[in-house]
Amino acid sequence: MWNQAWQYVISHPDKIFEWTLQHLYIILVANALAAVFGVLIGIYISGKGRQRIADTVIYLASIMMTVPSLALYGILMGILSALTLPSIGFLPVVIALTLYGLLPIIRNTYTAIREVDPAMIEAGRGMGMSEIQILVKVKLPLAVPVIMAGLRQAVVMNIGIAAIGAYIGAGGLGQPIFRGIANYRTDLILVGAIFVSLLAILADLLMGGLEWLTTPKGVRTRRRR
Amino acid sequence: MIKLDQVGKTYADGTEAVKDLCLEIKEGEFCVLLGPSGCGKTTTMKMINRLIPLTTGKIYIDGVDVYKLESNELRRGIGYAIQNIGLFPHLTVCQNIATVPMLKKWPKPKQRARAEELLTLVGMDPGTFIDRYPSELSGGQQQRVGVARCLGADPPILVMDEPFGAIDPITRNKLQDEFLRIQAKIRKTIAFVTHDINEAIKMGDRIALMREGVLVQFADPATLLSSPKDEFVRNFVGADRVLKGLRLLKAKDVMKKPPLTVKVGEDPMQVKARMERDKLRWAMLTEDDGRFLGWITWEDLHASKTIREIIIPPSVTASPDTLLNEALSMMLNSAIGTLAILNEKECLLGVLSFEIIRDVLGQQVGEAQTEP
Repeated sequence: MWNQAWQYVISHPDKIFEWTLQHLYIILVANALAAVFGVLIGIYISGKGRQRIADTVIYLASIMMTVPSLALYGILMGILSALTLPSIGFLPVVIALTLYGLLPIIRNTYTAIREVDPAMIEAGRGMGMSEIQILVKVKLPLAVPVIMAGLRQAVVMNIGIAAIGAYIGAGGLGQPIFRGIANYRTDLILVGAIFVSLLAILADLLMGGLEWLTTPKGVRTRRRR
Repeated sequence: MIKLDQVGKTYADGTEAVKDLCLEIKEGEFCVLLGPSGCGKTTTMKMINRLIPLTTGKIYIDGVDVYKLESNELRRGIGYAIQNIGLFPHLTVCQNIATVPMLKKWPKPKQRARAEELLTLVGMDPGTFIDRYPSELSGGQQQRVGVARCLGADPPILVMDEPFGAIDPITRNKLQDEFLRIQAKIRKTIAFVTHDINEAIKMGDRIALMREGVLVQFADPATLLSSPKDEFVRNFVGADRVLKGLRLLKAKDVMKKPPLTVKVGEDPMQVKARMERDKLRWAMLTEDDGRFLGWITWEDLHASKTIREIIIPPSVTASPDTLLNEALSMMLNSAIGTLAILNEKECLLGVLSFEIIRDVLGQQVGEAQTEP
């Protein structure tokens, strides 16, 4: 079985390359969207007097996470076809992954900003920074490591969920898995599973590096692992 | 000049943090806001730069109501040293110091030049430290950078919230001395919050002692020590307030000329005769050029010995800038009755004795007792 899988890999490198690219493309688009919206929402709900909005948003995002991906694809197909948009393939999968990616990013952004030492904020305000300057020059740089950790979590998690996107025709490394299930081809399932796992591990390492790079130098030493 | 006119602060929960406070800090004056925790001193300080909005009254800076100015403009004109230093960990020393210049949109090279200038002022080498991060500095160095930062755009006014609170006593003492030296040069108008009476006495031109939001006494340190207004002030400055008064004086302020100074080359028997005439048991001995050598006693003087053979070297000496409390403990520690005060060339300037210090203390107690 392992041997067959290996045979498949060396005889069809082009296919594996294609699936991996599709997979990466979905992840890239979905997580870029999730990062932009997640960080913006996180910043918004961390504002003064928005405690209740914050609780609600994080609650909703948590519920989102409990919806099984297959069910979510189904729901999205319904909505998208009602809007006369493509209801299978790339679009519903990207939307679903964006939604899944939001929670860790919103939650980490929110927590990181809320947990910036109040003394830092008061120092900024006392020296004459406007609220926007406090956000951009004090809160965000200090929150970056935690926000990046959230993004990393979202990416790794979505690489797994994206495999199921093949079921509704989005391509990617889920394709050999589903094909293998349909045709009793364990080797194909293995190929898909192994490459999805490899991708997840590589992405985790890469995001870890990115987390390190984007952390301001002065706070790095404290977080060195 | 900062003027607080019947200023009051009542928080939303009804706590009256500050009540009807009137205070005037003169141009170039170092005013210490002193009191136990919860007395409203920090609130008062933060009302000056509007970090805390006031409920009643007015605050004027150079005659202008602070509420007539845009709050961020106001704050950029007031140096702010936050409690526990509060440097931005993600910014370099240079960026930290140049925070306000950056907000004022100074050109980058000018910001850096200013940071270099201020680092030098607070006694740190710009070449070594300017591009470091706060986490790479010791506590004392961070504190210095904190002071440099509040001087960033050369504001005429500083508000400082226990800026030397977070460091060990030895470093704190050193930083206090240095800050006084800097202040003597830059003459800022300062509102300085502390709960440490010793720090207040040492640093302040005037001390505003507060209790439960009320200004109890506003006076210079000597007056506060010698004439506490009521029981609270008396307790707060402490039972040893008379001893604390010694911190206000330096050796050069009260030292006296030694009763007899002898040069090392003089004839022992002539010296002995002079001591017998003046009924002195000891004399101070100097080199021909005035450098202090030690003591000689009447008993040791003999025709058979040169003066150089009978010198008793000093166990401890002090400088003219030694504070009296330090001088007293030096004398007690080394069990000597007379302390020689030497200048930097080791020439004898004068002496301090227990009698002199007792007289100083006596004057202060006397002043205290003549108060109603």
